[in-house]
Amino acid sequence: MTYIAKPKLHHPTLLKNKAGYTRRDYDGAISTLCAGCGHDSISATIVQACFELDILPHRVAKLSGIGCSSKAPTYFLGGSHGFNTVHGRMPSVMTGANLANRDLIYLGVSGDGDSASIGFGQFAHVMRRGVNMTYIVMNNGVYGLTKGQFSATADRGSVSKKGVANSDSSIDMVSVAILMGATFVGRSFSGDKQQLVPLIKAAIQHRGAAFLDVISPCVAFNNHPGSTKSYDYVREHNEAVNRVDFIESRAEITTQYAPGNLQEVAQHDGSILRLRKLDEAYDPSNKGDALNRVQQAEAAGEVLTGLLYVEPMPNDLHANLNTIDAPLNTLEAKDLCPGQSALDKLNASLR
Amino acid sequence: MPKAIEAVNDFVVKFANVNGSGSASANELFARSILRMGVPVSPRNIFPSNIQGLPTWYEVRVTEKGYLGRRGGVDLMVAMNPQTWAEDVKEIEPGGYLFYDSTKPMPQSAFRPDINLVGVPLTAITNATYTDARQRQLFKNIIYVGALSVLLDIDPKEITRLFGEQFKGKEKLLDSNVKAMNLGRDWVLRHLDPTEVKLKVRRADNVGDRIFVEGNSATALGCVYGGATVCAWYPITPSSSLAEAFQAHCKRYRHDKETGKAKYAIVQAEDELASIGMVIGAAWNGARAFTATSGPGISLMTEFIGLAYFAEIPAVIINVQRGGPSTGMPTRTQQADILGCALASNGDTKHVLLFPEDPAEGFEFGAASLDLADRLQTPVFLMTDLDIGMNHRLCKPFHWDESRAYDRGKVMTAEDLEAGKKFGRYLDVDDDGIPFRTYPGTHPTKGSFFTRGTTKDEFARYSEEGPVYVRNMERLEKKFDTAKKIVPKAIERKAKAATKMGVIYFGSTSPAMSEALDQLEEKNVALDALRVRAFPFGQEVVDFVNSHDTVYFVEQNRDGQLRMLLIDQLGVDPNKIVAILHYDGTPITARFITRAIGDHLAPPRRMAAE
Repeated sequence: MTYIAKPKLHHPTLLKNKAGYTRRDYDGAISTLCAGCGHDSISATIVQACFELDILPHRVAKLSGIGCSSKAPTYFLGGSHGFNTVHGRMPSVMTGANLANRDLIYLGVSGDGDSASIGFGQFAHVMRRGVNMTYIVMNNGVYGLTKGQFSATADRGSVSKKGVANSDSSIDMVSVAILMGATFVGRSFSGDKQQLVPLIKAAIQHRGAAFLDVISPCVAFNNHPGSTKSYDYVREHNEAVNRVDFIESRAEITTQYAPGNLQEVAQHDGSILRLRKLDEAYDPSNKGDALNRVQQAEAAGEVLTGLLYVEPMPNDLHANLNTIDAPLNTLEAKDLCPGQSALDKLNASLR
Repeated sequence: MPKAIEAVNDFVVKFANVNGSGSASANELFARSILRMGVPVSPRNIFPSNIQGLPTWYEVRVTEKGYLGRRGGVDLMVAMNPQTWAEDVKEIEPGGYLFYDSTKPMPQSAFRPDINLVGVPLTAITNATYTDARQRQLFKNIIYVGALSVLLDIDPKEITRLFGEQFKGKEKLLDSNVKAMNLGRDWVLRHLDPTEVKLKVRRADNVGDRIFVEGNSATALGCVYGGATVCAWYPITPSSSLAEAFQAHCKRYRHDKETGKAKYAIVQAEDELASIGMVIGAAWNGARAFTATSGPGISLMTEFIGLAYFAEIPAVIINVQRGGPSTGMPTRTQQADILGCALASNGDTKHVLLFPEDPAEGFEFGAASLDLADRLQTPVFLMTDLDIGMNHRLCKPFHWDESRAYDRGKVMTAEDLEAGKKFGRYLDVDDDGIPFRTYPGTHPTKGSFFTRGTTKDEFARYSEEGPVYVRNMERLEKKFDTAKKIVPKAIERKAKAATKMGVIYFGSTSPAMSEALDQLEEKNVALDALRVRAFPFGQEVVDFVNSHDTVYFVEQNRDGQLRMLLIDQLGVDPNKIVAILHYDGTPITARFITRAIGDHLAPPRRMAAE
């Protein structure tokens, strides 16, 4: 926990982005999470990503469920509306919010208990529907607020702080998201800002269901030997398949990489994901291959990270429902109410 | 010869059919043809939770006086289902009629000596004319409608006209249906004496400009007119047809003329938890949203309902009630979710309920509930039931006041914020308990806040302090008081004579109650009647209870749930309240109410002990 309040006055020389905001304008309230919590690092990367994308903070809606991770939205984007919903049910609230106003940026923040246990069903269905959102699971394999019970993403055989081994099979959120129809799926590590910031930026720009599984060690209950979600374990077993460079539009490529090492993925809005391939054989646009490689890595005890799957031009929920371009929450009686003349006709047909 | 019931424009016909045999449209045709003769009818579907093959019934009350409640008893049974033959025959009133397929000879023991038999060899007629199995099945239904039209004096021209409307542009179908009708008519005219059936339909002028519509469709239309743009639902009997009707209405009325794009979004959710979650998310974000469900769905939604109550988010929940508890009687009617909805969720919660009496009020309240939810920033339950929702009911035509504007409640705009208006999400600025809200994305620097189900202060900041919590709970209570003043008022029908006895009723009990009041009046029992249309109760309900010495409470549940709410809210003497409770899953009847009140006034004498 941080006890010292940050000063509210900004240094006059603080760098502003194109939207006219400083990085500090994307901060939230002071975190009440434990010192060293991975979640705080993720919050900082979200701040960084939004700053770099020149996002207007008030055009973001941040939603979460219940749990340590779900508290996190309070600690970034203080100028955004936030919604702490109920445990495991953030996806449905985010779906409804998205239906009401397609013009906002939707950021869902959840945890492994919230999304893999109590909310597993809603997690699956929000991906199926292609809700245009960025859904981040801060994954620490453990229930923090209730003091250290295993979650459904804890690996079989991993050991709790109290020394108990987990006998249940773990749920791999990345595989589930790909199978359920998410169109942008990545995994990263809270301790790897270089990898995570561009992934979040790319996810936000993706028009469809973007999911990021971010391993985020729990310093209080899951950072000991025998844990597979500790800082040490993840650092040792992190196997990145690529590095994402996020380019907002088709700008000239200035950095040169060896041919064959680059893969470009164009998105709806003209933005380009440039993937620096670390694993030559990995093609994130192939669902079957992606699932295969994720499963192989898991069997080998590796934590596969990077952009693992992307379908660059998917239809989102609004496209599927063929809703009008104006946000539904801006429609008025003149748009919505057919009036008495329609009723007269209808009445006549009901006699 | 057994005696024969004689009645003109006042009798009950019941069709016993097999589910999925195409009988529903033929039976509806029968009911509509009588309506077209200016005679009110009140039909009811009685069906099992099944798709094909099980028994299903359609009961038509022909009622010149316009009593639209279920009457009880059957004067003419159209027994088309061998499976239920015995119980169908048993249900006929003495002197009533049994219409049956006489193709195969039946033993005398299959009948009753005190009823009149009308045998028509439907199968033989059908098989002689049609070879295709499906045609045989479908046209057999039309043939019996034709036969009945002769026996009951229904004008075949009305039936033909209905065919014409139904099969507009499909002349082949029109002709084949008319032919089937005439097959039935001709056989009866040649072989039977229609005067032996003494139940007759006679032209009248008692339908007027009323419309014949299902409650679920009407309520869904109310949601269209009320400006709902988001509907999230999960299929459950008897509410599914409401969401489907909303879809159909939206297809007709809500597509942009130029682009063809939809001015609505409907999501069939994965369960009721998700459907209410989507409604809350949409309403939080400034769209009008609703869900339609039934009792078990409400059970699943309760956690979210508590969130909407405490975080103060509008939500319209239409509960088409069925028989409970648990899965209960999925295809039967009850008013047994009153307490469950009024107090849904953990902690001290209380919710607004509306009780429409028929499809017309379903339409009105559908729109009104969206206004109320926005005004009060809280869940509003529209408490209809299977009897209203899944049956065609004669009711006043739909009307919309063109000058009516949507009441979006207290929403602070970017201009308000820019002008420096003080914004505290949970600040009671108008002393009515209702704070202002902002939609997400309104203003770059002002008006954002965090919505949560935990306790918070007036400025939406998390707090677990006792006084802060109590202040908030008391404001919510004040808001509930405000609700009393703006929900639909109860409607009183005064007895012709002064009386200290009253009766309170609500929802689908309405038509049966109106009829019972007439019956009681004929017996010189004077009762003032109050139809409650909403919870919390307004002052008029308090005054009504206080000004009567005995108040009957007529409800379609076991526990007298509305009565409990009333005793709790008004603190009235429970001893002056008499519960009249009907809860076997069938719609309540005037006969039941009249008998129950009569029994209370003059208890039947006990048989002397032997």
